[in-house]
Amino acid sequence: MTRGSQLRGKTAFVGAATFGCGEAPGYTPIEIAAEAARLAIADAGLKTSDIDGLFICLPADFLSGLTIAEYLGIRPRMTNNSRTGGSAFLTHAEWAMLALDAGLIDYALICYGANQRTGAGKLVSAQAPSPFELPYRPNNPVASYALAASRHMYEFGTTSEQLASVAVAARQWANLNPEAFRQGPLSIEDVLATRLVADPLHVADCCLVTDGGAAVVMTRADRAKDLRQTPVALLGAASATWHSEIAQLADLTVSAAQESGRRAFAQAGLGPSDIDVVNLYDAFTINTIMFLEDLGFCGKGEGGPFVASGAIAPGGSLPVNTNGGGLSFCHPGMYGLFTLVESIRQLRGQAGERQVNGAKLALAHGNGGTLSSQATCILGLPETV
Amino acid sequence: MTQPAPTSTYFQHISEGRFLIQHSPSTGEWVFYPRMIAPRSGANDLEWAEPSGLGTVYATTVKRMKPPEPNVSIAIVELDEGPRMMTHVQSIPAEQVFIGMRVRARIVDGPDDGKILVFEPDSAE
Repeated sequence: MTRGSQLRGKTAFVGAATFGCGEAPGYTPIEIAAEAARLAIADAGLKTSDIDGLFICLPADFLSGLTIAEYLGIRPRMTNNSRTGGSAFLTHAEWAMLALDAGLIDYALICYGANQRTGAGKLVSAQAPSPFELPYRPNNPVASYALAASRHMYEFGTTSEQLASVAVAARQWANLNPEAFRQGPLSIEDVLATRLVADPLHVADCCLVTDGGAAVVMTRADRAKDLRQTPVALLGAASATWHSEIAQLADLTVSAAQESGRRAFAQAGLGPSDIDVVNLYDAFTINTIMFLEDLGFCGKGEGGPFVASGAIAPGGSLPVNTNGGGLSFCHPGMYGLFTLVESIRQLRGQAGERQVNGAKLALAHGNGGTLSSQATCILGLPETV
Repeated sequence: MTQPAPTSTYFQHISEGRFLIQHSPSTGEWVFYPRMIAPRSGANDLEWAEPSGLGTVYATTVKRMKPPEPNVSIAIVELDEGPRMMTHVQSIPAEQVFIGMRVRARIVDGPDDGKILVFEPDSAE
C-alpha cells in the first residue's frame, strides 16, 4: 500500500477565513490571528469551545501555541507550534490529519496573523542567520532565491522576462480579487523597470510585505458532512526538508517540493494532470517556476517557457495563485496558510470573479526558509473522495 | 572522539589568516560548513586540513546597494574538494562574476573588525 494512502479523504477542511489582508493598522499579530480564527470557526458553523487541537506559528512569538490557547480561552488536547517557515501551516494540516484520524482530537484550528506592514514595517524573518552566511551580509531571503534563479538561468536559459511573467500573471489574478492589496495593470516591461534588489530579481519579482491573517478548521470526514459548508477533503499531505541555508542545497534548481509533491500525489492516488487549480507560495517569481517543475506540472527546466506562455494566468490551462499570490494579494511574512484558504474557496465555488469553473481538485503548496522546507496538500470536493 | 568546537575553530583559523576545512579520513569526504559529525555519513573522525583554495562559482547574485556604495557580490563557490560555501567574489565588479568562473580563496579584512574568507578570479587560469 502507498505510504499514507489510508489517510486519503479521512479528514476535511470545514472552515476557512482571512482577515486584515493588506493593512490592519493598530492590530497585533495575535489579534489578527484570533479574528481570522473567529471567522473560520463561524464559517464552519462551530463554536470556539469545539476546537480541541491548535496549530499556529507566528514569526516573532516562538511560543505562539500557548498564546493562542490562552487568547481563545480554550484548553486544547493538542497544541502544535511547529515551525518550518512559511510551509508550517501545510505541515500543520498534515499533523492535524493524523491527530484527527487517530481520534486524539475532533476539531483542529490552524491560524496565522502578522502586522509586518503597519507594525514592523519590513519583512520579519523567523530564520536564524547562519554564522557561515553572516560575514557576507546577504540581503536574505531575496539573495538566496536570487542565487537559485541564477543557477536556473544558467542551466536552462530561463530569462528575466519569463520570471517577470509570473508577477504579471499574479497581478492579473489579483485584479479579479477585491481582497488583493496590490492591483492595477502590470506588464513584463513594468516588472523589469523596477529596481534590481539581488540580480536577477527586481522589486516586482519579490513578494509584498503586508499585514494579514488566515485560519482554517479541520475535522474528520464523518463530522464534516453535517457542518455549514461543503467539506473540502484532504486527499494527500506530505512535507520534505532538504537543507536550511541555500549553499547546502545539493542542486539549486531542484527543491524538496519534488519529494513532498510526489508523496502527496501518491497518497491521493492522483497526478498533476488531475489538478484544476494550484496555489503555491510565490515568495519570489523563481519559486513559481521551480515549484511548477518540481510538482510535475511541467518538466524540469521548462518552467520559464511554461509561465511565459500565459498558462498560469486567468484563462490559461493551469490556474495558479488565483488570489494574486504573495506577489500581489498579500504576504504577511509566512504565507503558506493562504494557499490552503484560496484552494478551499475555489473548490467551494466562492472565489467570485476569479472562480475557476468546475474546480474539483486543488493543490496547495508551501515553502519555508530558503527553498528549504516544502509541504504539499491535495484537496478535493466530496465527489473526489 | 568529540570534535574541538567546530564553528569557533574555523573562525579562529580565519582570524589567523588560514583557510582550513574539515576532512574525514574514513570516508575521504571534505566537509563545509564545519560540524561535529559529517553530514550523511555521520563520520566523526573529522580533521582540519588545507584545501587547494581553488573553486568554481556555482551561483551568483549582486546585492544592489544605494549609490554611491558599490554593489556587493554574493556567490556560492564550489571548492575543488566538493563542498560549497557562500562568499564574496572580489577584485572585480560584482556584476562581472559569472557561473563557471574559476576562483581562488583569499583572506581579507571584513567589514567589521575580523577577517573574512573571500574569493577572487584565479589569474593562473
